[in-house]
Amino acid sequence: MHANDPTDLIHEKALWMRRRAFQMVYEARLGHPGGDFSAIDIMATLYFGVMQYDATRPDWAERDRFIMSKGHATGALYTALCAAGYFPEDWLPTYMQPRSMLNGHPNRNYLPGVETNTGPLGHGFPVALGIAIAGQMSGQDFRTFVLTGDGEQQEGSNWEAALNAGHRKLENLTLIIDRNRLQQGAGTEETIGLDPLDDKYRAFGWHVEMVDGHDVAALHRLLSASAKGRGKPLCVIANTVKGKGVSFMENKASWHHGVPDAAQFAQAMEELV
Amino acid sequence: MAAPTQTAAGLSDCRTAWAKALAELARADDRIVAVVNDSVGSSKLDAFAKEFPDRLINVGIAEQVMVGVSAGLANGGKVPFVSAASCFLTGRALEQVKADIAYANFNVKLIGQSSGVAYGELGATHHSIEDFAWLRPMTNLIVIAPADPWETAEAVKWAAGHDGPVYLRLSRMPVPDLVVEDRVFRPGKAELLQQGSDVTLIGAGTTSHIALAAAQVLAAQGVSARVLNMATINPLDDVAVLAAAEETRAIVTVEEASVRGGLGGAVAELITANRPVPLERVGFPGFVVTGSADWLFAEYGLTADNIAARALAALERAKR
Repeated sequence: MHANDPTDLIHEKALWMRRRAFQMVYEARLGHPGGDFSAIDIMATLYFGVMQYDATRPDWAERDRFIMSKGHATGALYTALCAAGYFPEDWLPTYMQPRSMLNGHPNRNYLPGVETNTGPLGHGFPVALGIAIAGQMSGQDFRTFVLTGDGEQQEGSNWEAALNAGHRKLENLTLIIDRNRLQQGAGTEETIGLDPLDDKYRAFGWHVEMVDGHDVAALHRLLSASAKGRGKPLCVIANTVKGKGVSFMENKASWHHGVPDAAQFAQAMEELV
Repeated sequence: MAAPTQTAAGLSDCRTAWAKALAELARADDRIVAVVNDSVGSSKLDAFAKEFPDRLINVGIAEQVMVGVSAGLANGGKVPFVSAASCFLTGRALEQVKADIAYANFNVKLIGQSSGVAYGELGATHHSIEDFAWLRPMTNLIVIAPADPWETAEAVKWAAGHDGPVYLRLSRMPVPDLVVEDRVFRPGKAELLQQGSDVTLIGAGTTSHIALAAAQVLAAQGVSARVLNMATINPLDDVAVLAAAEETRAIVTVEEASVRGGLGGAVAELITANRPVPLERVGFPGFVVTGSADWLFAEYGLTADNIAARALAALERAKR
């Protein structure tokens, strides 16, 4: 790595986010660490290498938008927003405590930087579509990014949104699918199979890219490239590992909402360096 | 050819007033957009579509994305008016209405067209008589059922200026103009249509004029009925309802909706906890059989004569 490599900062932020998110789950005794960790490299790439925003002006009309459609992954979202400067770090220990601004699922009225309330699956993508339509109507240049889980793709509202975005050729809209192949109870393919997901989106009029969702250099190249002139919305299928970065969590569905004990927390902190 | 907006009997389809008001607002404010689910014609938005082709977003037959998109449009600085048959807007997309609009508190206006039993013959799938009960608990979602063309236009204009989520429950049912002196639209406040001292009749939307007719039936029998047009269902005008319970001896609610959880339910909750008086709830008991809207109104007692009879029954109970 050399001094101006944008991935240095992304790696640094992603490591901090993983450590801090796991601590939040450990202290709250609640959370969704498996899905936080599959998404964190994508989120760190967006917030520290791709998106244009100003944390001191969360309502800036020209900001790029990020929507966390898999709203349960608040460990990833809140650490990203905190690291981006939207709120002070001393808010993080309130995670899921009574009257906390840091709900189990994000609320835009509580927390600056949250674009819409999510939690029930299949909601974020249609809202992101609406934002992208608004930007197109107003001739604004901002981009809209929405991250869904892969299990979340089983919700029909996503396909209503996919059909609409393809029809409208919204090149300012990017859908990222966190393809960790696990949902709450089991694998996606044994539950309700999604493959071939890329062909499905192509058939709906999208430009599709497959990427290693933990290769931040590849994510950075893909997500920061201009989509102008493509005439299609971009779907990035990010192949990820649920629980990525902590050996005992990786690829285990039980860590969807698992909570570490003291020994597991200590081990994770040793591994996350 | 456009359908006539007023019948020979002086009745109006409030959708005409809605579409005219929206177009006027859109001319003055370029943030205003319309969102539909292939419901341009049924929303009477053909002229809007012609005048503002780039400001009408048709998502196709897809209610969940229609409501989600409207939240996103609000995030992007637009003021969306989402117009669709109320049965699908509220029922099919109920979780989007809850999570994306009400809970997220986006500046979105939901326009439920052909509400109640306007699509009577099409059956209970197309009736929208549950919407009051579904939407009333969503604290910051203002629920308004205008009673006539004037109130429809005023409610649309008010909604555009209100920074927050609103559900307007409109109807294609022909209704007469209510005659009120020095009329001012006051959201959240009951409109006094007639003063009275024995019993209070409370209508909303298409039933306010029927409540007024029932008061005439009662007057012929020497009973003095107060009549309230309760356009705003959420938040309810607690003051007007409790005053009715205090100053008259019984209350009758009349709604083109299920009596479970709607206007009648709201009034029942309030007076039971504060000042119980005999209450009759006129409306639909639940899923109803097929028939024209007019036939359903008669069959289920949304008539002046039945409302008057229910008022007398309530007054009889008040004597005990």
